[in-house]
Parts: sequence; C-alpha cells; structure tokens
Amino acid sequence: MQEFALILVSSILVNNFVLAQFLGLCPFMGVSNKLETAIGMASATTFVMTLAAISSYLVNSWILVPLGLEYLKTIAFILVIAVVVQFTRMFIEKTSPLLYRVLGVFLPLITTNCAVLGVALQNTAKNRTFFEASLYGFGAALGFSLVLILFSALRERLSVADVPEPFQGAAIGMITAGLMSLAFMGFAGLV
Amino acid sequence: MALTRNSSPHAHGPRSTQWVMQQVLIATVPGLIVLTSFFGIGTIINILIASITAIGCEAAVLKLRQRPIGFYLRDYSALVTAVLLGLALPPLAPWWLAVTGTAFAIIIAKHLYGGMGFNPFNPAMIGYVVLLISFPLQMSAWLAPSGLVIDGTVAATPGLRDALQIVFAGNAIDGFTAATPLDAFKHNSGLLVENFYQQTPQFNQGRWAGFGWEWVNIAFLLGGCYLLGRKVFTWHAPVGMLGGLTLMALFNYDGGSSASNGSIIFHLLSGATMFGAFFIVTDPVTSATSNRGRLIYGALIGVILFLIRSWGNYPDALAFGVLLMNFAAPFIDYYTPPRTYGHGKSGTIIHRSKED
Repeated sequence: MQEFALILVSSILVNNFVLAQFLGLCPFMGVSNKLETAIGMASATTFVMTLAAISSYLVNSWILVPLGLEYLKTIAFILVIAVVVQFTRMFIEKTSPLLYRVLGVFLPLITTNCAVLGVALQNTAKNRTFFEASLYGFGAALGFSLVLILFSALRERLSVADVPEPFQGAAIGMITAGLMSLAFMGFAGLV
Repeated sequence: MALTRNSSPHAHGPRSTQWVMQQVLIATVPGLIVLTSFFGIGTIINILIASITAIGCEAAVLKLRQRPIGFYLRDYSALVTAVLLGLALPPLAPWWLAVTGTAFAIIIAKHLYGGMGFNPFNPAMIGYVVLLISFPLQMSAWLAPSGLVIDGTVAATPGLRDALQIVFAGNAIDGFTAATPLDAFKHNSGLLVENFYQQTPQFNQGRWAGFGWEWVNIAFLLGGCYLLGRKVFTWHAPVGMLGGLTLMALFNYDGGSSASNGSIIFHLLSGATMFGAFFIVTDPVTSATSNRGRLIYGALIGVILFLIRSWGNYPDALAFGVLLMNFAAPFIDYYTPPRTYGHGKSGTIIHRSKED
C-alpha cells in the first residue's frame, strides 16, 4: 500500500512531468490561456495517459517481449497511443458531443504530447508491474493536470498585468514556468 | 480573464501603499533586534547591501521602462522586499549573495511582471529560493547564536571589523558556524527525542525549541501582532498557516520516538515559521484575495512546510511552500469569490423583509 502511495507522490509532485522532467511542454504552454479549456484538456489527457500506460504495458509484455521485438517499442508505443487517442475521440464523439466540441482540435493533438510516450517508455525502462505501470500513468496525468490547471488560472491574471513589451505572451509564460520549476525543486527527497 | 465591473457602493481605503509598507518595516524591528543580539551585526549588513541593491535595480528598471522613478521608490515596496530577504539570509553571508538574490527578486520576480501589484510570486521568496538552489553551501552556513555553549566553549559572534572582512573579503567563518535546531533535528539518527534534546547543545540550553531561534520567532510574532493590531492584514492567512502546521504536527506526533517529526511547539518556534506567517504569507499581492481563500492558502502553506521539513531534503521550506501556493492562489481565488454586497451566502439576492 505504501509503495503505491509513493508512486503517486513521486509522479505527481517530485518527478512532475512538466516542471521536473520538462515533458509535455507544448500543451502546457499552448492550452493554458483559459481555465476552462485547460480543465477540458487536463481531463482528456488524464484519460488518454492512463489508458495508454495500461495498453502499452500489455503490448510490451504480450507481444513485444515474447517475440523478442523490444527494439521496436518506441514505434509500437506511438502506434498504441495514436490508437488510444483515436478510440477516445470516437468514444467522446458518440457519448458526449458537447464535450467533443469543447475539446475540438486538442483531442487529436494529445497524440503528440510527449508526456504520454514518456510514461510508456519509463514504465518499460523501470520494469514496473502492471498495477504500478497503470498507477504511474494515472499519477503522471494527475501531476500534468494539476500544473496545467493552476498555470492557466495564473496566466489569466498575467494577461491583464503590465508586462514589458518584449516579455509579453509566451515569454513571460516561460519565465513563470521556470520559477514554478524552482518551487517544485523543494519536493526533492520526499520519496 | 473577465474583469467584472462592480457597481457602487465602493469602499475606499484611506491607506496608501507607503503607509502599509512603513508599518511592515517598523514591525520587523523586534525580530531584527533579536536576530542581531544572537547572530551579531551580520543581519544588518545583509539588509543594508540588499536595500542598496534593491533601490538601484528598481530605479534602473523604472528608468528603462520610462516610469516615474521617485513615485515608485517612495512606496517603499522595493525596500520591504530587500529587508525581508536580508532578514532571511544567513548572517555574514558573502556580499554577492545578497546582491544576486535581491537583483533577481526585483528585476525578474517583480518588474518583468509589470512591477508592484502584478507579481504572481513573492519577490523576496523567489530571491531566497534562487540562492538556496544555486549556492546551498553559503545558504546553510548559519552562525552559532552567541552565548551557546558547545563542547565547553561559549560561542561569540564576530565584531564589526571581523564581520566586514568576512562579508566583503571572503575570510573563512568556520569557527563560528553551527547547525540550526531544524538542521540538527533533521540529522537525529536513532535517538529518542528526549535523549537527543539532552545531548544537543542547541536544545539542552534552549527553553522550547532550540537556543536563540525560539526568541527570534517570538520577536517576529510580536511584530506580527503589531501589524494585526494596526489592521495591515486580516488574521486569516497567518492563522491558516499556523493552524495547518499545528494540525500536521499534531497528527504526526508520536510521543518523541527516534523517528519523530518534532512536537508542535518545536515546529511553531523554529526556523522561519513566525517570520513567514506574519511577513511573507500576508503579502496582499501574491496571496489569495478573499478571506476564505486566504484561510485555505495559509493552511496549505503550513501543510507543505511540515511535509518538506519532515520528509524532504531541505531543513526549512517556508520559501518553497509560499511559492507553490503563490502558484495556486489565482486558482483558489477562482473558486472562493468574495460575497458581493447585497447578496446572501449562497449567492442569492437577499429579499426585503415584509416590514419594509
């Protein structure tokens, strides 16, 4: 039980995908301008990331390892993630057309979120068990969602600040993310 | 971000930023006196270096941005940042430490965001964290409080001439340093807290939470009560933070075993607890806006402070806790809007009673 809690704390705070490992920066900078879109993106990514962690584990241990094809894992995982995203897209389109419209183009763009591939590759590199791998995927997604949502609320405030002209827009966003990353270094050693 | 247009009545605060900042400066005096009496002239040197740097940087940036220099310098906000950072730095730190930290705080954490009132992060804490991560050796070299007896020798702080040589010429200060109570407690290996207290000079000569440091915290508490009395800030954020820290210490208290995380009084009176609760957490710009929001904001800082103190790498974590919650403050604001005038608690309009 305690080791599962440690995996969660590690993936959400200590090894946060965005602010400690610098993965998934494109949606972090791109979708954080408004709080509502950020929340939508965060929930979609959480769903995809957990599902991708589970299915890439299954593909790895049932197909790649028995056939001795581990060297194909990067390309296989990319395929798996693309399929999962496409599945999610179709699923959401059928069950909740409203959410589908709100998320719009961000949904297929999750395929290119390097944090999703990062979770799958780290899981195989660390030889995690099935349950650990899916929990790590879920925790990483929660950590991603946490910083994305907090950052978008902060950026709404930044958009009305009197920022010097050369630093407006993405520049001040990058600086803010850097300062946040500094603060997240305080969690070092918790796990 | 949608800026709502509020209708009247508008409350007008007669207080200027200048007045508030002056009150904060006055309230740091008791803490400064106690710090100086235990750790020597070093803190005052820190504050002077930081203040000169802060005013210089502020004036330079204002000139670059073509803003009125005198008007913004007279609101004392740069000076408050400098004094708070100077108080937080270890006494007799090399001069470039205060200069780097203050310059980073004023230029990057404050003016890149548009200056006073727009900065999402507390500038003094940004300066402190940058220094702590970049120069961990210099930032952890605290002096032994004067009067502390270690192995039969009474610790004394260097005089003005020695202090200046240490700060500006880089002379070694090996003879004077000692672990802070938080640091010593963190490295307690396998002793019951009771025995550990008896064996460690920082604790067996102290009354509650370590020689010297307990009085520093009490002095900052006094200064904070002065600010509360002058109504510079409301009680919500400091009470939230101290409450969060107390509850965490209470839930994790195990009666003083060898793996203990420390008692409540130990956490309340060591390190930067009181300084943080009354001088950092209460910053009106970077904290949450509504009273309910401030309570949540403060409590979470207390929780993070305890988490990192107990299980993290750093002996004290006020700066990290504050920055993390600065990050979360706009989100907290989003879900804790203050009640608008004329509306009931649930947001419904209060209906007139039948009598009128």
